[in-house]
Amino acid sequence: MTVSLPGRPVGRRALLVEVDDAHAALSLATWARALPVSAAEVVPAAASVLFDGVDDLEGLRARLAGWSPTERLAPGDLVEIAVAYDGPDLATVAEAWGTDTDGVVARHTGVEYVAAFGGFAPGFAYLEGLPAELAVPRLDSPRARVPTGSVALAGTWCGVYPRASPGGWRILGTTGAVLWDQDREPPALLPPGTRVRFVAL
Amino acid sequence: MSAVLEVLAAGILTTVQDRGRFGHAHLGVPRAGALDGPAAALAHRLVGNDPGAALLEVTLGGLEVRAHEGRWVAVTGAPCPVTVDGEPRSHDRAEWLPAGSVLRLGPPVTGVRSYVAVGGGLAVAPVLGSRSTDTLAWVGPPRVSAGDTLAVAPPTGDPRAHETPRPRRPGPLRVAPGPREDWFVAGALAALCSTAYTVGADSNRIGMRLDGPPLERSRRGELPSEGVVLGAVQVPPNGLPVVFLADHPPTGGYPVIGVVAEDDLWQCAQLRPGEEVRFTPDRVAARR
Repeated sequence: MTVSLPGRPVGRRALLVEVDDAHAALSLATWARALPVSAAEVVPAAASVLFDGVDDLEGLRARLAGWSPTERLAPGDLVEIAVAYDGPDLATVAEAWGTDTDGVVARHTGVEYVAAFGGFAPGFAYLEGLPAELAVPRLDSPRARVPTGSVALAGTWCGVYPRASPGGWRILGTTGAVLWDQDREPPALLPPGTRVRFVAL
Repeated sequence: MSAVLEVLAAGILTTVQDRGRFGHAHLGVPRAGALDGPAAALAHRLVGNDPGAALLEVTLGGLEVRAHEGRWVAVTGAPCPVTVDGEPRSHDRAEWLPAGSVLRLGPPVTGVRSYVAVGGGLAVAPVLGSRSTDTLAWVGPPRVSAGDTLAVAPPTGDPRAHETPRPRRPGPLRVAPGPREDWFVAGALAALCSTAYTVGADSNRIGMRLDGPPLERSRRGELPSEGVVLGAVQVPPNGLPVVFLADHPPTGGYPVIGVVAEDDLWQCAQLRPGEEVRFTPDRVAARR
């Protein structure tokens, strides 16, 4: 693993630090929050962490130099999500995985995922955990409307739509779990670091 | 007891805004907040409010509100005709809105967004620590509609009668190199700074879209999704830059060639579709 500290400046008050993958990004973001560092926002993503609203960029750089990619991430809370596996793309995914729909359910429920990062919509979490050989391509043309609670795949990512929106992910099923409730504390069911298991209804 | 503002008309888009919602970008929540920050701050100063209070951001006029209790009000930002019960009132000044009277904002002569501060500030329920409405994901209070009643908090200060704000001078937007300048051909940022762009019709609180010469990329392929800052100049595959404003998505997958200085972003709140925009290198960021 490599880390390209001290990072790329982003305007006057932000720093983008690139790392190898989403897992390293989550590790760095979690480590930096725990220090803590002085930043208004710490935003992990697919292979980077953005530190935004930073008054002292040099000081931040110095502190981040203390991070090592081998830093272990303490396990987050475990959330179970009950899924009705009745999605429109179940058969296509079964074919791609060389199995039947029961096989898809078995493999999808057999993995423990980790919410690596968010960003697509409030409460949406990019869940990592599927092995590379189970990667599925996005739809060639996105659906105009993916219903709330759709449990879907794109590449090796799994995600649950917090509310109806256009989307190009392959839908395996539906959950009644509320991913985002702005009047709940915390509002997101799956903040970065949360461990997730899907359970077939 | 808190007073109430009754909304009779809300124009094409009126929202409640304060200075924005911080600390939730990693959950996919845009910061939101008044797009023309200095205008909103002035409105609050004029009526004696705390700078963190909430006010109305009115897009292209068309707002009508009735006060159920007398309050000081101030209209700032895009200069528009202001009346109280049909009588002309001044822009950029504290005006008394008597109980039962109607404040009306006509269409602005220039600019896009006007701000209406009410003494005490709007007391709508905060969401995640802010009263701002984000129009990307609609986090925060719902958009303001005719028939709504908005609670107003008790006044916390007195109006400033002799406020003489320094006139704000529009100029080119200062832009620092972005984190993905290296995804573009050499000189692309200089090209951005040497050409006039025009504001696209589909600009909004999320981003100011620009028409003009496309910026040429040197790298193909997809950028893994990464965090994006306010003022980021993101370049989608068509090469036409988009300046990210308050309601921008917290992460994005297109390369960011530059970042506009936050102090200059108020201008983006007031530029109309078809108007010209110029960029210039941000020397403050370059010295850092």
